[in-house]
Amino acid sequence: MKVLEGLWHTGLGTIVDVLPILLIIFGFQFLYLKRPVPNLKKVVVGFIYVLAGLAFFLEGLELALFPLGKTMAAQLTDPEFLGIAHPQNIHWSDYYWVYIFAFAVGFSTTVAEPALLAVAIKANEVSGGAIGVWGLRTAVALGVALGLVLGTWRIVTGYPLHWFIIGGYAIVVAQTIFAPRMIIALAYDSGGVTTSTVTVPLVTALGLGLAHHIPGRSPLIDGFGLIAFASLFPMMTVLAHAQIAQWRAGRPSSLSQEN
Amino acid sequence: MNKTRWAKQFQPLLASLRDLLPVILVVSAFQLLVIRQPLPDLARLLLGLLFVVIGLSLFIKGLEMGLFPIGQSMAQSFARKGSLLWLLLFGFALGFGTTVAEPALIAIADEAAEIAAAGRLISDSDQARESYARGLRYTVALSVGLAIVLGVIRIIRGWPIHWLIVGGYVCIIVITEFAPREIIGIAYDSGGVTTSTITVPLVTALGVGLASAIRGRNPMIDGFGLIALASLTPIMFVMIYGMVIH
Repeated sequence: MKVLEGLWHTGLGTIVDVLPILLIIFGFQFLYLKRPVPNLKKVVVGFIYVLAGLAFFLEGLELALFPLGKTMAAQLTDPEFLGIAHPQNIHWSDYYWVYIFAFAVGFSTTVAEPALLAVAIKANEVSGGAIGVWGLRTAVALGVALGLVLGTWRIVTGYPLHWFIIGGYAIVVAQTIFAPRMIIALAYDSGGVTTSTVTVPLVTALGLGLAHHIPGRSPLIDGFGLIAFASLFPMMTVLAHAQIAQWRAGRPSSLSQEN
Repeated sequence: MNKTRWAKQFQPLLASLRDLLPVILVVSAFQLLVIRQPLPDLARLLLGLLFVVIGLSLFIKGLEMGLFPIGQSMAQSFARKGSLLWLLLFGFALGFGTTVAEPALIAIADEAAEIAAAGRLISDSDQARESYARGLRYTVALSVGLAIVLGVIRIIRGWPIHWLIVGGYVCIIVITEFAPREIIGIAYDSGGVTTSTITVPLVTALGVGLASAIRGRNPMIDGFGLIALASLTPIMFVMIYGMVIH
């Protein structure tokens, strides 16, 4: 009963969330384009689906994905599970299961991401086959996985987030100078497409859970930032992959001359 | 005939199951092989996962029925014949509206408010949390709207994308120096969160439509890159929001 009540409450809230798009679509359609909305009935039913779907999804997050991320963080950092007798002088390497879990979640969710497949097929076409579909998918997935490993390590050690992100972007900028021009926009976009609607809440909960359970860390300062890592690292691995592919193809200028 | 229709009906369901499957596999593997402890509240968890699958399928199904076709055809008509002012206005509205409804952003903003309340940054009442979360989301939406405006001007003028990106990062580095530590993580995360289920298809449609409508533009290079800009501006604006609020 309580679950249904939460669902109803969330459902009412989602109307406010969807309202701006409704206003924009209908407003521009009538005021500027001055034509009626095609298939109005279908559109209205579609919006009811969107509202209901959003309510179920947000409620499901509260019930499952957030608790799942936090429980995993709690279990994997439990001194008893790690077999450590003196939790006060714990070393960052003792939390190795956290890093393995972060890697597994990052890699598996990204390789299966449909949006990424579309990008990979496009990249294959633009590069004239030099960049393979599977190669790019692996590069992006590896990027997300490594990003999450480094991100969890940062939460464990408590180093300032912006050192890593700014350093990372410096590397991306340096890579951009040498990368084939056709791949640049795709590489930048690959950072955004990897973080899907399911992964974001789980990864965020994992980060907050880690910051909560590791001694000396605070969720407020250390908890966020994993998503930033997961969007930054694919850019690096994709740019690196494109450069290696170009170098291997043995025609260093053909890609950049295409444009 | 009947069979393909059924398949089409269930496609969103399969797609959201596929989204969730890796998470379920990895977590179960860890639970069974590594942690070997019973998960607390397993029934609740399974119900929640079911809700996520149902919710995501309905959401995507609904978007494909209504919003995507209209939004994409509108984006294309604005790209083809609209005056610049209307095009920019539409671009801003599109970025703003889609971001406000982005499910992952709603979830993250609520969580951020929860953490801020627990850390005594804001007072621990429903009202304070709600207004903090809403402020965060509208800040992000505003910045995505502005990113689209900037990106559209860029496509029309043909500026190279990497100058804007590099310039943006320089701004981010400067603002980071002055931002309160508590907001930096959320700000950096919000860049990745904004570009997701609703925003990407509609914004890409606008970019690709625009690039193919203008002579001498390559949809491949100019059409994309809107998303890259839209994941950059939220970082700046959320940090500024943090400077104002805290």
